[in-house]
Amino acid sequence: MKVALVGLGSVGRGVAEVILKKDLGLTITGIADSKSGLINNSGIDIAEVLAAKKKNGQCGKPGVTAADIVAKAEYDALIEVTPTNALSGEPATGYIRAALNRKKHVVTSNKGPVALYYKELRALAQKNGVAFRYEATVAGAIPIMHTLEHGLAGNEILALYGVLNGTCNFILTRMADEGLTYEQALMEAREMGYAEADPTYDVQGIDAAIKLVILANTIWGNSAKLEDVERTGIDLLTADALRLAEEEGCTIRLIAEAIPRKNLMRVSPRILEKSHPLVTQGTLNALTLETDMAKEITLIGRGAGSVETASAIIGDLLYIRERYVQRA
Amino acid sequence: MAIYYLKGGYVQVSMKLEMKDSPGQLVAALKPISDVGGNIIAVIHQREPDQDKKTLNVQIVLELPEGRLDNLIAILKGQGIHIQRIGKERLLYKRTVIIIGHLMHTDLSDTVGQIDSTGFAEVCELSMSMPAINERSSSRITIKALSKDDMESALAILRKISQQKSLLMIEPLEDIA
Repeated sequence: MKVALVGLGSVGRGVAEVILKKDLGLTITGIADSKSGLINNSGIDIAEVLAAKKKNGQCGKPGVTAADIVAKAEYDALIEVTPTNALSGEPATGYIRAALNRKKHVVTSNKGPVALYYKELRALAQKNGVAFRYEATVAGAIPIMHTLEHGLAGNEILALYGVLNGTCNFILTRMADEGLTYEQALMEAREMGYAEADPTYDVQGIDAAIKLVILANTIWGNSAKLEDVERTGIDLLTADALRLAEEEGCTIRLIAEAIPRKNLMRVSPRILEKSHPLVTQGTLNALTLETDMAKEITLIGRGAGSVETASAIIGDLLYIRERYVQRA
Repeated sequence: MAIYYLKGGYVQVSMKLEMKDSPGQLVAALKPISDVGGNIIAVIHQREPDQDKKTLNVQIVLELPEGRLDNLIAILKGQGIHIQRIGKERLLYKRTVIIIGHLMHTDLSDTVGQIDSTGFAEVCELSMSMPAINERSSSRITIKALSKDDMESALAILRKISQQKSLLMIEPLEDIA
């Protein structure tokens, strides 16, 4: 199957490396970063491109843009992994629309377009008879969308609870384990590369809320929006609060929850017993689904990382090949 | 004996009963409650495995019209049911929350008082740490309430107070399902 790759940051490089290393039957025909691009319909030499990117920061010819790749390269599926803009969803949404209109499948790790335009993009994909898949947008390597779509097919999902932001989980783990203040734990998260220079998006629960919106729209099709999520972050927590929880055999975690019967979508720090399955350590993510037949199911795994996120993207691509491309 | 006087001439009582662990005993013990015009609010049923005797311990919370309690006790005793305790563990539901903020400056005794004055819930434990005069303090507050609904009402009051007084209230994750 031929794929085009737009975005060559950590996730894009992870995808390219995996395609290069593993014999998955995937050929990259178009590739673009923010400054350059390259098209070769008989297959790009990935090793060469990755070396060039490492050496001079560019993957191809200057002047060839991501939009050119999306519009002109020959491919079955577009891998859209450009940086997320949660407010506008651009330029990613434009690339996705253009590919779907060309009747190309799309796989993305980009939360912006899915949180903002899910209904439209899904309808556009359906109209064109192609797939729009976004496993990598929520909880990194955890196959939550595949689990919902296949493993739990026929189940009614009654509620979901999740630890969806690794940065917050790391900070809370360090505060609990070492008695660090919020500021100290945040500084450590930055040093480890888990937190951005401006951590607002993570620590105020916005990232977790966006993922909750994506999950809610996928499961219940209820056109949920970011504004519908009640949100409290972790930036006002104290080391004493963690200690007071600890004295009772408990700890505090940032939990995203959606319970349709209570008309509730909320991200907030919560007290949990330390033995609770959602109490994961470090940057690990976790999700509990409450369903009518399977009852409770909890998935735990890595929520971020280059190859970990690539795992989710490759899963979507191989599903598309199985479902659509081979038959054609 | 602790008896709580409610509106409309009813009293609320909790009692711990011990009876033979044989079929029909529990139903037989509960029936006289409605016979005297009472309502059962909660039944907590526990077998104590370390006991040699084959007995069943049941804790009951009920409301009944004032003046009928002696009558009920007599009926229960007549059926061979042993009343171990009356009226002590009235508040059966317990929840712990953590509240962060300027608790003292925002009148802690008013915060606690608003829960205690409900009549259906009370603050039974409070741990607090105050790092420095102008820094936010952290507290762990345990509330007991009569029923699950009463607990929800008590937490709703505390949520409202937290919002008014700019406190951060951290609640437990509810039991799933």
